[in-house]
Amino acid sequence: MFKILKKRDLTPVTKLFVVHAPLVARKAEPGQFVIVRLTPSGERIPLTVADSDAGSGTVTIVVQEVGKTSRLLGALREGDTILDFVGPLGRPAPLTDRGPVVLVGGGFGVAPIYPIAKALKAKGVKVISIIGARTKDLLILEEEMASVSDELLVATDDGSKGHHGLVTDVLRQLIDSGREIEQVIAIGPMVMMRAVAKTTEPYKLKTLVSVDPIMVDGTGMCGACRLTVAGKVKFACVDGPIFDAHDVDFDEAVRRGKMYAAEQKLAVEEMEKHGKCACGCGGEQ
Amino acid sequence: MSENKETTAREKRVPAKRPRAEMPSQDPVARRRNFDEVALGYTEELAVAEAERCLDCKNPSCREGCPVEVRIPEFIARIREKDFRAAYEVVKDTNSLPAICGRVCPQETQCEVKCILGRKGEPVAIGRLERFVADWAMAQGSPGFPTIKPNGKKVAVVGSGPAGLTCAGDLAKKGYKVTIFEALHAPGGVLIYGIPEFRLPKRIVAAEIELLKGLGVDIVCDVVVGRTITVDELFAEGYDAVFLGTGAGLPMFMNIPGETLNGVYSANEFLTRTNLMKAYLFPEWDTPIKVGRRVAVAGAGNVAMDSVRCALRLGAEEAMIVYRRSEAEMPARREEVHHAKEEGVVFHTLTNPVRVLGTEDGWVKGLECLRMELGEPDASGRRRPVPIPGSEFVLEVDTVVMALGTTPNPLVSQTTPGLEVDRHGCLIVRDESGLTTRDLVWAAGDAVTGAATVILAMGGGKKAAAAIDRALQGKG
Repeated sequence: MFKILKKRDLTPVTKLFVVHAPLVARKAEPGQFVIVRLTPSGERIPLTVADSDAGSGTVTIVVQEVGKTSRLLGALREGDTILDFVGPLGRPAPLTDRGPVVLVGGGFGVAPIYPIAKALKAKGVKVISIIGARTKDLLILEEEMASVSDELLVATDDGSKGHHGLVTDVLRQLIDSGREIEQVIAIGPMVMMRAVAKTTEPYKLKTLVSVDPIMVDGTGMCGACRLTVAGKVKFACVDGPIFDAHDVDFDEAVRRGKMYAAEQKLAVEEMEKHGKCACGCGGEQ
Repeated sequence: MSENKETTAREKRVPAKRPRAEMPSQDPVARRRNFDEVALGYTEELAVAEAERCLDCKNPSCREGCPVEVRIPEFIARIREKDFRAAYEVVKDTNSLPAICGRVCPQETQCEVKCILGRKGEPVAIGRLERFVADWAMAQGSPGFPTIKPNGKKVAVVGSGPAGLTCAGDLAKKGYKVTIFEALHAPGGVLIYGIPEFRLPKRIVAAEIELLKGLGVDIVCDVVVGRTITVDELFAEGYDAVFLGTGAGLPMFMNIPGETLNGVYSANEFLTRTNLMKAYLFPEWDTPIKVGRRVAVAGAGNVAMDSVRCALRLGAEEAMIVYRRSEAEMPARREEVHHAKEEGVVFHTLTNPVRVLGTEDGWVKGLECLRMELGEPDASGRRRPVPIPGSEFVLEVDTVVMALGTTPNPLVSQTTPGLEVDRHGCLIVRDESGLTTRDLVWAAGDAVTGAATVILAMGGGKKAAAAIDRALQGKG
């Protein structure tokens, strides 16, 4: 059992948890993920590490409430425990020594971008960050990102903060302005990462993305997370989750990500129908 | 007098000539739609009757066929005498997981193939008898745990499948403090994620694991050795030896077009969702699975049979095996093929998938195959299947499961300097005991042999435990 030491509501549907998991904390590096399970009949879901501290034995995760498990997790409180918390899994992000690096975080993808920014900054690499969301209330970790970026640019779909438009608009402007850029790392919804890949491809600008496919075990056993990278089938859990954006077959990845959309909807409906408290305590809402 | 003499002789001979006692089983029509155990087990009467068939040979060879050398004639004699407790003790003496082996061992190629009765008729049903005594003992409740004197040494066992459980049990009995590290959230390895409930009920696995815990073995789940902690860190934490029973967990695909379509599963994923995550109970349990109306399983080993039979139970109208060789070459246990047929599984033999066909939105709609014929024997001694040109045809299916075998997971070997693997990714061992290329690190089971059987893994775990004991006691 893994205790939740701290919880922060980043948005009404995005929650940050600091979890006591000393073995995972000792090893976790930017880019890696953990697998979480909440109840004995629960599913296993992957969550990217948003921060870790070996000294205090803590790992930070950020969850966006979408399906049943993410909602149950989002409803947990400080002092509650997480049944299973396995990791760190996947390969760490390859961190370049040469900047400037442009980091693009979309939606709750800002959370996994943060430790990469922090690590690059610690290496003395110049970091330009672009973070975006639909609207300013859904922007997360802005202060944290500002503290580890040499420059922070913001985009919102509705123009409520920063650039009125997409993170890719800002990225394109940045490239077109002739600024020196060594590489781009983008994390966010699959469609956003696909858009970033399409933006940088004509410039032959090295771009990495962290994919977030469906997983079961997260250790290479099941192959649920397979995707096509440079024409070859890869497992995101052991070969990734970070890949060269220009090699990823995003259309396939988007399609595979929807494989259980109907079941996810059903599970949420069932949960709401039964009116059970979302914290998993079995009580009424 | 002569009549009397004849009677005696007949009494001696007749049981052996009887056909083997049938295994009571769930009706095929009912069971193809439920996950309850198929084979129900012998009653005491059936077990005794079957035990009476044993000739008690002077030079029995059945025991040689058993990778853990169960004293087969001895335990069968105890069943004949209705001393089931004693029979259990004999089995348990060399086999730490008899309730499991009695259910999943390929007896027909091991102990039973050596039985003299098999030359003219049916061999003694050794596996069914083993299962009987194990189930009998389990029903009597725990006999209490022996007091073991700790010897002060610590051993780390990586993986809680059959190899790890066996090794851990043997070492614990000798006084070692054993900790098992398991990557998944529950112990048992392939016994819980792979083999389905209807063939090996999970309560049986749980009971065997409880017995191990009773011996003082600690089981720590959610630890991925190679990621959460490395082998070298285990030594640094004070473990005197490490046993690797990490299995062969990586699924193989055919590398044919269409394998990433929605609706194509590795057997590992299909079985893990079904067995470990209980997808058949969705939405009460959270993990879903997609099973279409028609399901094709590529392959013909035990894993393929398990997958195809799960597909039926998950609601498929038609479930089929697609196999490039003929039925004679199928690697599955005969009983599994038999059960699958009884349940209505369709067998497309001499049929090789060449392409998965998809709908416009990326879901499986068919499996294009080639018909095959058998040519000259290949390296495995089996006749090589060769494609018949122009024989392409399409099986209309909406789910495809690839059950083509597995290879060892490289997470441990990649993170342990000095631990060498062969070109198949299998750990290289220096001797019969499973000593790897790293001192004080032993390995056994599928991690060494590639995908094989539960009992071979157990045999390996046993030998490794003995070698670890010799090494740590300075006896060799």
